[in-house]
Amino acid sequence: MSKIWLIAQREYLTRVRKKSFIIMSLIGPLLTVALFAVPVLIAKMSDNGKVVAVADAGGLFTDKLPEPKDDISFTRVSPDLATAKTEFKKSKHDALLYVPKLDISNPAGFQVFSRKGLGMSLENDINRAVNNAIESQRMQKAGIDRALLDNMKVDVDLQTVSLSDDGEKSSSTGISTVVAYVFGFLIYIFIFIYGVQIMRGVMEEKTNRIVEVVISSVKPFQLMMGKVLGIAGVGFTQLALWVILSMGISSVMAGSISPDKIAEDRAARTTAVMRPTTGKDEAAKKENVAAKFTQALKSADLNVPLLVGCFLFYFLGGYLFYGALFGAIGSAVDSETDTQQFMMPVTMPLVLTFVVSQAILTTNPNGQVAFWMSIFPLTSPIAMMMRLPFGGVPTWQLLLSMALLIAGFIGAIWIAGRIYRVGILMYGKKVTYGELSKWLFYKG
Amino acid sequence: MKPILQAIDVRKQYANHTALDGVSLEVPEGSIFGLLGPNGAGKTSLIRIITQITGADSGQILFRGEKLNPSHIGQIGYLPEERGLYKKMKVGEQLMYLAQLKGIQKEEARQKIKHWLERFDIKSWADKNIEDLSKGMQQKVQFIATVVHDPQLVILDEPFSGFDPINANLLKDEILAMRDRGASIIFSTHRMESVEEMCDYIALINRSKKVLDGPVRQVRDAYRTQTYEVEGKGQLMVMHPDFEVVEHKERENGHFYDRIRIVHGTPNDLLRYLIGPANVEVHTFRERVPSINEIFIQRVRETQPDYVPDTDSVLA
Repeated sequence: MSKIWLIAQREYLTRVRKKSFIIMSLIGPLLTVALFAVPVLIAKMSDNGKVVAVADAGGLFTDKLPEPKDDISFTRVSPDLATAKTEFKKSKHDALLYVPKLDISNPAGFQVFSRKGLGMSLENDINRAVNNAIESQRMQKAGIDRALLDNMKVDVDLQTVSLSDDGEKSSSTGISTVVAYVFGFLIYIFIFIYGVQIMRGVMEEKTNRIVEVVISSVKPFQLMMGKVLGIAGVGFTQLALWVILSMGISSVMAGSISPDKIAEDRAARTTAVMRPTTGKDEAAKKENVAAKFTQALKSADLNVPLLVGCFLFYFLGGYLFYGALFGAIGSAVDSETDTQQFMMPVTMPLVLTFVVSQAILTTNPNGQVAFWMSIFPLTSPIAMMMRLPFGGVPTWQLLLSMALLIAGFIGAIWIAGRIYRVGILMYGKKVTYGELSKWLFYKG
Repeated sequence: MKPILQAIDVRKQYANHTALDGVSLEVPEGSIFGLLGPNGAGKTSLIRIITQITGADSGQILFRGEKLNPSHIGQIGYLPEERGLYKKMKVGEQLMYLAQLKGIQKEEARQKIKHWLERFDIKSWADKNIEDLSKGMQQKVQFIATVVHDPQLVILDEPFSGFDPINANLLKDEILAMRDRGASIIFSTHRMESVEEMCDYIALINRSKKVLDGPVRQVRDAYRTQTYEVEGKGQLMVMHPDFEVVEHKERENGHFYDRIRIVHGTPNDLLRYLIGPANVEVHTFRERVPSINEIFIQRVRETQPDYVPDTDSVLA
């Protein structure tokens, strides 16, 4: 045992001290934060308030111009198309909307001019403004009060509640999906990165020819376990660093570019441009969304201790299970290029789970396929972690899945240990599956 | 002398060939033991069983009379034929790691490493990465890694392959010094002539079977043929029934070289005949003792008359 610990220590220390590890630890959180921050920043940079000039020859907007929305404001220009066009070329307006003389029951002939192509959203917004104006005129004609109609519209929030033996749990599908993906993705990526590191480490020892020196002191099994555990430690360290650094960086950055602040900025700008009341409404709406999100996060009633506990279990279990198999592959081959044929069947279930998860797991987390995948040890680390956030996983299923993962891990270690034992002393030989299976039954 | 290691009827079978077929041998304490035989004879298989890398199918290995078990690992030092070090690890750390794997405590290991680095005058390398060292330097580190834990039994598999001549000499000196300190050394090689002058005992292995073993002197005595090499000047014509000329070479200026076997009588009889009746001037007169290599070939031919030594392995 102390030898496994010594080996794990070496594996851990040599990796953690590598420049690449330090760089990855720093870049990882930066990338994560950037992933969220950049769209916000881009949004902040690009939304410099689009202005649409309206040449209202048809008198559609005689009473009032459309209300500004999402940083788009409208301004009236000469109703004569030719004049408007020349003015538009000189102006800084982003688009020119021409409203022709029109028959309200059969409106046609609207034109939008722009220098560059219109953005999808801008085009939609203009379209909606025109539609609204026409609808209003038609309602007026039919004698319907617009304000009355608006009051009759409803927008109800659905609170989803899962009914299970444990009682009622309110859940939020959106939040659950996000949490499921984050967990699934983390496990997936860590198994891949660190599984391959185990494989490389084994191959390195083999090509360096140090392996025989080492296994005259320790059992091949100890060497393999030490390596698997040491690299697991590296993975956990990296994960912990990512979590801590990401939180640190994002809390620092939150001060300057938080969505709230941007919303305020926007509100302030729109207020300046247009009527004050509208701006306040906007801001209120934004606040409302933020509040809703926090509310959802709270009301989702994710069993956080259970989730984190299970995450650590499946993270470690899945990693150990695959790590052992990757170690066995590394021992059986001489070079990176030979690994392909053995990598395929090992990584297949992993990739498959992740791909299938998007279609099945998150949409039907308690269905047949999801159930079997979350029980079968090769797929359970990802599949179960993607089911859990949605709730409703019976305790017996969870326990069965965990027990099978532990059993699978022990089985994988056994198989890997036997392949490893023979493989590391095998040089310059192309190994086939038939041969691998023979190795399993070699004596001592 | 009491054996430090005994192998009793050891057998090892691989998928389609037998590596060891009932090999028994004894390595006496405090000796240099040559484990000799051509490539593929089974030497490395036997060593891997002794170092507990693999197990024997049947038979026993006794270490100081005790059944070999993991507690003996720390008393054995092994320099495999396939050897190497972690390239990206510092010399000092690497030796520390390998010493600790042998079960030595950190503080003790530190002192031993210091001792060896000083002994080889390479203390300044302790903080260098292996990959920054020359091949010769790496070999020294490799050797230290083998003996840093003061093993009672040192096993060297083809120790001179890959070592440059300077390090090979250093290695020879260290091996003798270790023997003098009481350690036992097993030397495995197919280059028999390279070790016969160093070994106290040998065992010859061919085709997974032990062919012969014993103290070097005894083995050679047993294969003495009463043949003498004679060099000198004159016209040598041996006409005596007691002596048989095995080989005769004329050299320039009336010199000759002969190998003569004594059928009857003593070396002195031959010498008297040469300077008397044969009337030649004798410059050299010495016994032609068979080399281990020759003994090996002769011994193998006794069981396999068609045996042709593999020039690469046996006569190298």
